[in-house]
Amino acid sequence: MNSPQAIVIGCSAGGLNALETLFAGLDRALPQPIAVCCHTGSATVDLMCELLGQHATLRVVEARERASLEGGVIHIAPSGYHLLVEASHRFALSVDERVSFARPSIDVLFDSAAEAYRDGLIGVLLTGANRDGAEGVARIRHCGGVAIVQDPADAAVPVMPQAALELAGADHCLPLAAIAPLLNRLCLT
Amino acid sequence: MNTLAGPTPPPDTVLEDIEVELFVRALKLRYGYDFSQYAPASLKRRVLQLVQAQHADTVSAITARLLHEPDFLPVVLEGLSVPVSEMFRDPDVFRALREQVFPVLASYPQINIWQAGCAHGQEVYSLAILLEEAGLYERSQIYATDFNESALNQAQEGIYPARDAQLWSRNYLAAGGSHSLADYYSARYELIKLDQRLRRNVIFANHNLVTDEVFCEAHLVLCRNVLIYFSDPLQDRTLGLFRDSLVRGGFLCLGTRESLAFAPSAVDFTPMNAALRIYRLESRNGGGG
Ligand SMILES: C[S@@+](CC[C@H](N)C(=O)[O-])C[C@H]1O[C@@H](n2cnc3c(N)ncnc32)[C@H](O)[C@@H]1O
Repeated sequence: MNSPQAIVIGCSAGGLNALETLFAGLDRALPQPIAVCCHTGSATVDLMCELLGQHATLRVVEARERASLEGGVIHIAPSGYHLLVEASHRFALSVDERVSFARPSIDVLFDSAAEAYRDGLIGVLLTGANRDGAEGVARIRHCGGVAIVQDPADAAVPVMPQAALELAGADHCLPLAAIAPLLNRLCLT
Repeated sequence: MNTLAGPTPPPDTVLEDIEVELFVRALKLRYGYDFSQYAPASLKRRVLQLVQAQHADTVSAITARLLHEPDFLPVVLEGLSVPVSEMFRDPDVFRALREQVFPVLASYPQINIWQAGCAHGQEVYSLAILLEEAGLYERSQIYATDFNESALNQAQEGIYPARDAQLWSRNYLAAGGSHSLADYYSARYELIKLDQRLRRNVIFANHNLVTDEVFCEAHLVLCRNVLIYFSDPLQDRTLGLFRDSLVRGGFLCLGTRESLAFAPSAVDFTPMNAALRIYRLESRNGGGG
């Protein structure tokens, strides 16, 4: 792959805790933008941004329509909308049908980011109880990006990482604790 | 990087991009429907979904059908439109319309409302109910428009899956509804049908925001989650259309996550409730479109 230009992260059931751990371990000098799709039942992600912000080394904000992805910032997909990345490296939203029962859907974020960043993208798929993200991981790898999937044995809910591994495989399959150090290594060189 | 050198296995995303561009051109040249200024990522997703739904192998295959089979056009338009909606989605918005906008509308002898991109009509009926409960419906006229003809037909019918009723009832109450949503529909088998009296002051019409002009003088334009599908220039052009349609001091209500940061026309609109994306047209200078 080329030097990484962006990171996308997907998670579902058990995801909030996993994100807390992950974000606490990221180097605060990380220059790449990060976009996150985390399924949540709540109407807004205000609280999620606040909670995650308390542990994160980087700033956590809700992703804004049409805004550029900002380096060193964690952008959270708004609830009720699919979050997409355009080739111009700006965010777009849609209220298209749910994908794998989810909106925002990880596949939608990963697919669009894979095409926007091609071999400059790192995708991370964590714990979850459905199959969302599997197609997206496949698309990321097809476009030359790097896929990191949490070891299902280590995940709070293994279904999602397991489904991705079965469909698409991964470049790295690791326990959660090892993912932030790997991202730091890949992204700071 | 972005070249086609070598035998790349399908689906190659670069090849797909070329095909999508040709598809969009074909649609425009052949039928006059112009999607060239839609936001590319979600447009591509929908085109690829159409390919799948048609059991076609490539985008080019459906482009060929589109060119040669006029009967295929409605299927394509239906596939590119996203008639996904809810009644009283974002209840806070409807509450704000009721509490902050309606009192101003009440000062007009005749109230014209343009609901652009009305999908299957969920928001049309939501508005009608609110107006009814505020005692304003008798002097209101709602123009509900969309370019998706089959969605418009469904909107007129006002029939929806009964499984949605529970969420919509909760939304209605959260929006400050003063009855029960069930008072406004009848349930039958797996379906609910909205009281057709709610339609008495609604005109459903086919209108394409890309190519059609202003057709009424509106006091409120409701256009939620439509401009998110437009790239910056088309978003800006459409805002110009709304500006030209609105009376001075008229209201514009967009989706709660929409951004006007890249639209020059936004200067004509003053936020009235910024969080809920309710704006007011303050002046008419600037003109044109
Ligand atoms: C996601 S729905 C929005 C429904 C509703 N306003 C809501 O927010 O729940 C978007 C609608 O915009 C319509 N639309 C898209 N492009 C349009 C255009 N150029 N002219 C008119 N309607 C359009 C689609 O057909 C679809 O019904």
